[in-house]
Amino acid sequence: MSTEKPAKEALFSKKNRSLLTDPLNANNPITVQVLGICSALAITVKLKPAIVMGLSVLVVTTMANLITSLMRNMIPNRIRIIVQLVVVAALVILVDQVLKAFVYDVSKQLSVFVGLIITNCIIMGRIEAFSLGNTPWKSVLDGLGNGAAYGGILIIVAFFRELLGNGTLMDYPVVEWMGLYDLGYKNNGMMLLPPMALIVVALIIWVQRAKTPSLIEKD
Amino acid sequence: MDINSNKYTYIFAVVMVVLVAALLSIAATSLKPFQDKNVELEKKSDILRSIGVEGTDVDALFAQYITEQLVIQNGTVVESEITAFDIDMASAVSLAVEQRQVPLYKAEVEGNTYYVLPLRGKGLWGPIWGYVALEGDGNTILGATFGHKTETPGLGAEIATPIFQDQFPGKKLFTTAYEGIEVRKGDAAGEQQVDGISGGTITSVGVQSMISDCLQPYKAYLMNIAANTAAPMVDTLGLTADTTLITAAL
Repeated sequence: MSTEKPAKEALFSKKNRSLLTDPLNANNPITVQVLGICSALAITVKLKPAIVMGLSVLVVTTMANLITSLMRNMIPNRIRIIVQLVVVAALVILVDQVLKAFVYDVSKQLSVFVGLIITNCIIMGRIEAFSLGNTPWKSVLDGLGNGAAYGGILIIVAFFRELLGNGTLMDYPVVEWMGLYDLGYKNNGMMLLPPMALIVVALIIWVQRAKTPSLIEKD
Repeated sequence: MDINSNKYTYIFAVVMVVLVAALLSIAATSLKPFQDKNVELEKKSDILRSIGVEGTDVDALFAQYITEQLVIQNGTVVESEITAFDIDMASAVSLAVEQRQVPLYKAEVEGNTYYVLPLRGKGLWGPIWGYVALEGDGNTILGATFGHKTETPGLGAEIATPIFQDQFPGKKLFTTAYEGIEVRKGDAAGEQQVDGISGGTITSVGVQSMISDCLQPYKAYLMNIAANTAAPMVDTLGLTADTTLITAAL
């Protein structure tokens, strides 16, 4: 804590903190706004690709929010969507190249879905709705919050799908280690199929709404 | 300057695109060596996997087990300006069989000689590829691995899983003449047949034609090895042992 109080808003004021935490619950991009569902189905079969995908989206949303926010007073209004696309596409290509260079096996599993981060509505949505009208620091917080919220849901879904469908976590044979197979336990192969990702997401939405009454629509 | 004027918009767009293009080219060029190394390591570990060797230090294992890398054309070993490892199978298989220069990897594992042949062909949606390892007789399959670019997950993509690949060890490429491996629908029984994948018929057929097509250039070479090792292969003792087993089973 500094002794002299800064004239402008503190870095982690209540309002700024809520930028970070709101997307994690009450304004979650997947479970409340129902965005980015397509990739949530595709890459949540195993935990490792889900974590890498979550991190990639986190990096891209944060950086894209920061860059567009820095440029927000320079971007001609008529081509702003194109500018946003160029920024996001450039970042995604960078992420793809880095993944190919350093985590080749995961990058192969993610295949086209890294490229499809460009079309992830969460990123374009945050730029258009938030960072074009807010300061860089707030935009970074907003990007971090939304990226983390997206990645968090991916990881929860992938955790259950890999554990129940494959009996492993991060390829470590957890179920075998617990000795459940000897008791007649069998993996549920259906968990590995895409529809189960939707059902797991739906269960998360159910739990979330049960715990947060403000999200429940009034009839 | 008015940021919504036409002039500004054009200038902004041009500057932005040039900057982004420069940034991406720099990134792509500087990361290229790492990416190429990954591709090379994957190729090496695919070759090793077909002879049943797996490990983390792929470079060292490859140097230890792969003793010779030959270039084959029309069934004979030829001198080529390009090394066997660097041959691009995709362009090799597009040539006529007689013109193809294809690699052959000779491996030594615990005193046994194995031959590893690369495969490349067409699946349903895109390319499929693989390696088939042969035992010292140049005929019996020791192991096979397959990969694919975009086959349907759960159907055609199953060729890359052990369920499909584990059928290959012990199968034979030829009896009297070169015949290859036939992918059957559910009733594979013979030494030259494997079961295809339900719902992945086009990919399965792709595997069959890939094997038959890619092994053509090696035919004479392999049959030569087989002829040279034929004498010790006909083992009367082994045969009687087999018949006894079969009678016992009956």
